[in-house]
Amino acid sequence: MAESNLIMVGVNHKTTPVALREKLAFTKGKIEDSTEKLGSFPEVEENLIISTCNRVEIYARVKDVDQGISRLKTFICDYHEIPLAQLDDHFYSYCEEQTVEHLFRVSSSLDSMVLGESQILGQVKDAYSLAKSLRGTGIILNQLFEKAFNVAKRIREETGIAENAVSISSAAVDLARKIFDDLETHTVMLVGTGEMAELAAKHLMSYGIKTVYVVSRTYERAASLAKTLNGSALSFDKFKEELYRADIVISSTAAPQFIISKDMVAQAIHQRKNRPMFFIDIAVPRDIAPEVNDLENVFLYDIDDLQAVVNANMVERQREAELAAEIIRVEVDKFHGWMDSLDAVPTIIELRKRAEYTRRQEFEKTLKKMPHLSQEDKNNIHQMSIAIVNKLLHKPTVNLKDKTRSAEGQTYLKAIRDLFHLDD
Amino acid sequence: MTLITFNIALISYLLASLAYFVYLIYRKQFVSTLAAITVGVGWVFHTLVIGLRSQETGHGPYTTSFEVAVFFSWMMVLVYFLVNWKYKIKDLGSFIIPVAFLILLYATFLSKEAVVFPESQFQILLTLHRTLSILGFVAFAMAFAAGLMYLIQEKQVKSKKLGIMYFRMPSLEILDNLNYKVIAVGFPLFTLGFITGSIWNAQMNQLSLFSWDLVKTWPLVIGWVLYGLIFFGRLLVGLQGKKAAQFSIFGFITIMLTYLLHV
Repeated sequence: MAESNLIMVGVNHKTTPVALREKLAFTKGKIEDSTEKLGSFPEVEENLIISTCNRVEIYARVKDVDQGISRLKTFICDYHEIPLAQLDDHFYSYCEEQTVEHLFRVSSSLDSMVLGESQILGQVKDAYSLAKSLRGTGIILNQLFEKAFNVAKRIREETGIAENAVSISSAAVDLARKIFDDLETHTVMLVGTGEMAELAAKHLMSYGIKTVYVVSRTYERAASLAKTLNGSALSFDKFKEELYRADIVISSTAAPQFIISKDMVAQAIHQRKNRPMFFIDIAVPRDIAPEVNDLENVFLYDIDDLQAVVNANMVERQREAELAAEIIRVEVDKFHGWMDSLDAVPTIIELRKRAEYTRRQEFEKTLKKMPHLSQEDKNNIHQMSIAIVNKLLHKPTVNLKDKTRSAEGQTYLKAIRDLFHLDD
Repeated sequence: MTLITFNIALISYLLASLAYFVYLIYRKQFVSTLAAITVGVGWVFHTLVIGLRSQETGHGPYTTSFEVAVFFSWMMVLVYFLVNWKYKIKDLGSFIIPVAFLILLYATFLSKEAVVFPESQFQILLTLHRTLSILGFVAFAMAFAAGLMYLIQEKQVKSKKLGIMYFRMPSLEILDNLNYKVIAVGFPLFTLGFITGSIWNAQMNQLSLFSWDLVKTWPLVIGWVLYGLIFFGRLLVGLQGKKAAQFSIFGFITIMLTYLLHV
């Protein structure tokens, strides 16, 4: 690859404890300030800061890789007034194509605490638009980040990395959606007003559940939770008779023994004419007799079952992450290709090819119109056409070679490629 | 010409069946697309077979056993297209296209002689009987596929062992719903087919309406009763979910037996 002089320095949840990480965070105001400061260092050409609760990373294009990395490290330390000695072991840094790979991994959530989570992409996008508006980034970082967003999108679409639920309540929702199709027409009953039950209910409601019943030994509690969930409260004595109304039952009481027995559910299922029921028992000790799962068209998951689903899904995501890594390898190569195209030599060769093609065409066209010319005249015209092309291209070629070694070299190259349509 | 066209259709279905099988195991979008295109191509040739054959014989595709099998398989793929378009159930093809292929494969073992039926006043009854029955069969094949998928999905959710199929297959409710709808359409059609067949048999052979050949008809009666149970059972006592799925699989087996013994 052509020397891109791309580097990054950062800390994340894997390398640095939160107590230290929180001291390094850049708020929006601090980013505005820092982007400008970083830009004022002569060795920094472009820079961008990402700061989330799990990571602080600075991406930059610099004149010299080693100097650049130590510059970024000292900047982070100085800015937050922490001695470098205290942080040095926590920093990780990458240069050249490793930087590209790392960013692709970060934005595709391969580097996240919860593999495949979707927040990070938004955070990277925000960091990018902020840096862009502050003119911290230029042609290379712009291209790099735009590419990173494409890669993240591709990975999300082509692998199952974000597909399977990795929290208890989303696993429960997933299961509900595999049993019932359209949650909007279904009903959930909360038995007990535990916080987790409330969370799961809210999660279900975000998928369209409209009807909610809340049951509690103390009616007031049920009524108050029912109010927040826009549902209706049922008294504890009545809930056995009303059980059949529920498609999904989430139980989370502190009762020391089972409060929902197989017989009760058998009765409810009979009343429902066998329409399926899904029981989620998140109470410990359990609220629902495990034999309930033996009934036809009844599905019972307790907290361990849900945890097992989450664990299995995590493993599945790990497997998908391997596919994602493959995609990233390919995309890093493509980015190399783009960087190479920014190198002066290929551009000059293409420019010359283009000129030579035009020269030859025009030369032949002219000769056709002048059949009477002698061979010597033809040779002279031929020589002249070559001389014109060479003379015209000589200065730009020399200048371009010089300029690509300078800071705005990439801009020049891009301008040439655009002006002469070399990428068509 | 008909033979080449026929073979292209047959091979396309075979390839599509294999592709759908691969897709079932390895989630690769292009395999599914490939399978869909192959089925599409196969079906176009399949249509051509029926067109050419009808031109040759001068009548519709339901006179000989061969023609009936070809038409049965053709109808099944057509209905698969329609159901898939409406429900967008990934993996339905993995269950239904192999059945269509097997029926078409079965056709290759049947005599391809064209038969010219003597002009008969009962011809219309026979045509009606065959068309209605085949439509019923196709609906039952769909119910079979939906039932099979239901049982696979139900087992995974129930046993709490969520394999790759869990993530790929639709919800139990959709599968149960599909099962219900196709039987709700198929059962009346099949019953009408049954009735027209009995009338034709009675008229043709100067027999009473209920003098059936027992060997030929016992699986038919069992199948008909089974589907009747599913159809009315759902309406009256809420027979649904796992039982409905099991019944429709068993029902389809008896129906295929009927088909093999009968046509």
